[in-house]
Amino acid sequence: MLGLNRKDTTFFLIVIALTLFTPFLMQPFGETSPLAQFNGGYPDLMAKVAIFGIFAIGFNILFGLTGYLSFGHAAFLGVGSYAAVWMFKLLTLNVFPAVILAVIMSGLLALLIGWISLRRSGIYFSILTLAMAEMAYRLAYSVLTPLTNGETGLQVRPTDPRILDGPGAADYPNLFGLELSRSWRLEIGDHLFTFNVGYYFCAAFAILAFYISLRIFRSPFGLMLRAVKANQQRMNYTGLNPKPYTLAAFVISGMYAGLAGGLMAAMDPLAGAERMQWTVGGEVVIMTILGGAGTLMGPVLGAGTIKYLENIFSKINENVLHDWFSFLPDGLENAVVWILSRFTGEGWALTLGLVFMLVVAFLPGGLVEGGQRIARLLRRRGGKGEGGAGGGEETAHTSPSTPPAAE
Amino acid sequence: MTTSRFTRRGVLKTGAVAGAGVALPTIFTAGSASAFTNEPKGDTVTFGFNVPQSGPYADEGLDELRAQKLAVEHINGEGDGGMLNTFSSKALDGTGLLGKKVTYVTGDTQTKSDAARASAKSMIEKDGVIMINGGSSSGVAIAVQGLCQEAGIIFMAGLTHSNDTTGKDRKKHGFRHFFNAYMSGAALAPVLAKAYGTDRKAYHLTADYTWGWTQEESIKAATEAVGWQTVKTVRTPVGAGDFSSYLTPVLNSGADVLVLNHYGRDMINSITQAVQFGLRDKVVNGKQFEIVVPLYSELMAEGAGEAIKGVYGSMNWNWQLDNPGTKAFVKSFGEKYGRPPSNSAQTCYVQTLLYADAVARAGSFNPCAVIEALEDFDFDGMGNGPTFYRGADHQCFKDVLVMKGKENPTNQFDILEIVELTPRAQVEYAPDHPMFAGGTLGECNPGD
Repeated sequence: MLGLNRKDTTFFLIVIALTLFTPFLMQPFGETSPLAQFNGGYPDLMAKVAIFGIFAIGFNILFGLTGYLSFGHAAFLGVGSYAAVWMFKLLTLNVFPAVILAVIMSGLLALLIGWISLRRSGIYFSILTLAMAEMAYRLAYSVLTPLTNGETGLQVRPTDPRILDGPGAADYPNLFGLELSRSWRLEIGDHLFTFNVGYYFCAAFAILAFYISLRIFRSPFGLMLRAVKANQQRMNYTGLNPKPYTLAAFVISGMYAGLAGGLMAAMDPLAGAERMQWTVGGEVVIMTILGGAGTLMGPVLGAGTIKYLENIFSKINENVLHDWFSFLPDGLENAVVWILSRFTGEGWALTLGLVFMLVVAFLPGGLVEGGQRIARLLRRRGGKGEGGAGGGEETAHTSPSTPPAAE
Repeated sequence: MTTSRFTRRGVLKTGAVAGAGVALPTIFTAGSASAFTNEPKGDTVTFGFNVPQSGPYADEGLDELRAQKLAVEHINGEGDGGMLNTFSSKALDGTGLLGKKVTYVTGDTQTKSDAARASAKSMIEKDGVIMINGGSSSGVAIAVQGLCQEAGIIFMAGLTHSNDTTGKDRKKHGFRHFFNAYMSGAALAPVLAKAYGTDRKAYHLTADYTWGWTQEESIKAATEAVGWQTVKTVRTPVGAGDFSSYLTPVLNSGADVLVLNHYGRDMINSITQAVQFGLRDKVVNGKQFEIVVPLYSELMAEGAGEAIKGVYGSMNWNWQLDNPGTKAFVKSFGEKYGRPPSNSAQTCYVQTLLYADAVARAGSFNPCAVIEALEDFDFDGMGNGPTFYRGADHQCFKDVLVMKGKENPTNQFDILEIVELTPRAQVEYAPDHPMFAGGTLGECNPGD
């Protein structure tokens, strides 16, 4: 189907199903259950997982396939957001023009930055991209204030021209009149599930992004990118010029980042310079490595894990911990809460660091490798079992023993 | 969610769920219709306190959080009741809010619009807050105010001093108790003219975002009205840390007053560095060189130490004021935290109580009813004297304090002295004043 072989088709269908049923999957606990704290099925988080999933999928096309480690992808995310908000301000609050311009603008910027940075490889490439992104951030933050509104952030105002919108048009980002913030709620017993237009809009793009990435992975172009990673010198000696391939991969991943930025602006029409900062560029690197660089499903898993940790663990403050451990004797309770509170609330990044360390040390292939190991274990036990994890199949082309480290 | 949203798409979704094999009784929407966003259903109601806990304004944010926690205690009838005893409205009786206990969640804005909005969004969607209070930084306040308008919950702004918050970015769902840059200028200029004369040349260093821009505009206009000249205005990035490269040109500019439109740690750094540069020991144009910090705060003064001695600025409120509301608040804050509250703490405390009081008076959590109760509300006993919440732009009007760094402080909290209590009439302006024009409140939005 769609130019995919049978195995990939199954895999793709599983991904579609997972995406469509996210409102259920991320909301496993009842509203009154003590575990409701761990529910993540609210629109903002679900959309963020989809958006950062797209961002990481795109990043993986560059980093996972060619091994070029860019720290500057936040710049494309930011440009995508600014382009989208400008479309909201000038043309219409319908999200399509915004998303399209976001992809085009970030593609152009990626072409420029890629053309310069790709003259070098390895650590020099990484540093060049980092410098470029930091420059873009500084520009957006102060120099280009008329374009970006600086620190305050670019926002949609009622006085904007919006020349395509008639007088009765919606006041918020919408899909031909259907507002992205609109949600439908479904209550089943104690459970509350939220279906949000914005999430499904992002999810549709995530599925498309995943499909394109799948096709690239399986294409001769993808093979060429892998050759760059495997041995660029040998490629040169055989008379192949790797530059057009790496540049194409760089621009494609930049456009993915721009799409993610545009979607971020569509979900919340404000673009701040902070999303161009190098920390955001570093976050996508961590997402990709955590999930499994060079695998198809890995980046999405990594994005989901990090966004979940960021949003859910940061909400577990000392009060919540005291509630949980109130059954312990006082002194012990305080000790336990003190230790755990270092890892939750504002300390959530420490939990992330720990998880990241463990994954890199023991599962160099990322979470996907973990899934594969479990699947293999199950298969060995249950004879020829089904293998459970949906992400277990896609790494046919990558050897799981290769660490995803940079060149 | 109302029954009118029982749409084709919704029905399809239900079908899909049934198809997925969830064989549980399906109660779809109608049974639990809520009239507005995050209508409290259980026996608690949740407030969201979204303050900077990191970044250049973190000190202010942490003090705001202390005050907000205190306000919740007082609404729930714990502690000594603080300003509830002196507040002119008696709708709150210390038994919670409309029979519900008040709880709260906190978030970190990081002093960044993006992060603040993300934090507010998850408060609204995940924690189901009915009101958000906080936002030390006008950029943040404006961003979150817009979000609250969209989502249909109330935003009780904390420390935000930009004219735009209730000017061109004013919103129906946003309310500001704090004073603004225009008021600072109107209060400060006459005092400065008296102290430093009317023939002065000012040089502005300005934090590069909405607050800095409007404060620079306001102070410039007010000081030029008393005869000062403005030599130059320079924008500096927020959180710059090192201001020396911005301070060197001041010396050669011919200016004899430096106006620092900075706040938080930025102001601590810039004034300390300016004093280290020896600016205040210089004599320019035959006059002593002076520094002015239009927006003061106790926490900044504490951080800047020696450097602020004799420096003029303005404030919304100060713990040394002599009125019953102030005394009650300082007492309960001091007993709990062992220090006097800052003016950002006071504004957040008052805003939380004002919201609760409006709910109690309206008898409903519905944002439209609450907005109506807050608009054109006259009150007293909250530490600022008689105060008016103007309905036309949701700005509070009250007296403004002109402060000066104390020459001989007796302890670490006794660092500022009140120079003048500028009467409300002197700082009032029309809602369509040019510095505030161009905004519309919009309509009240109860959400779903």
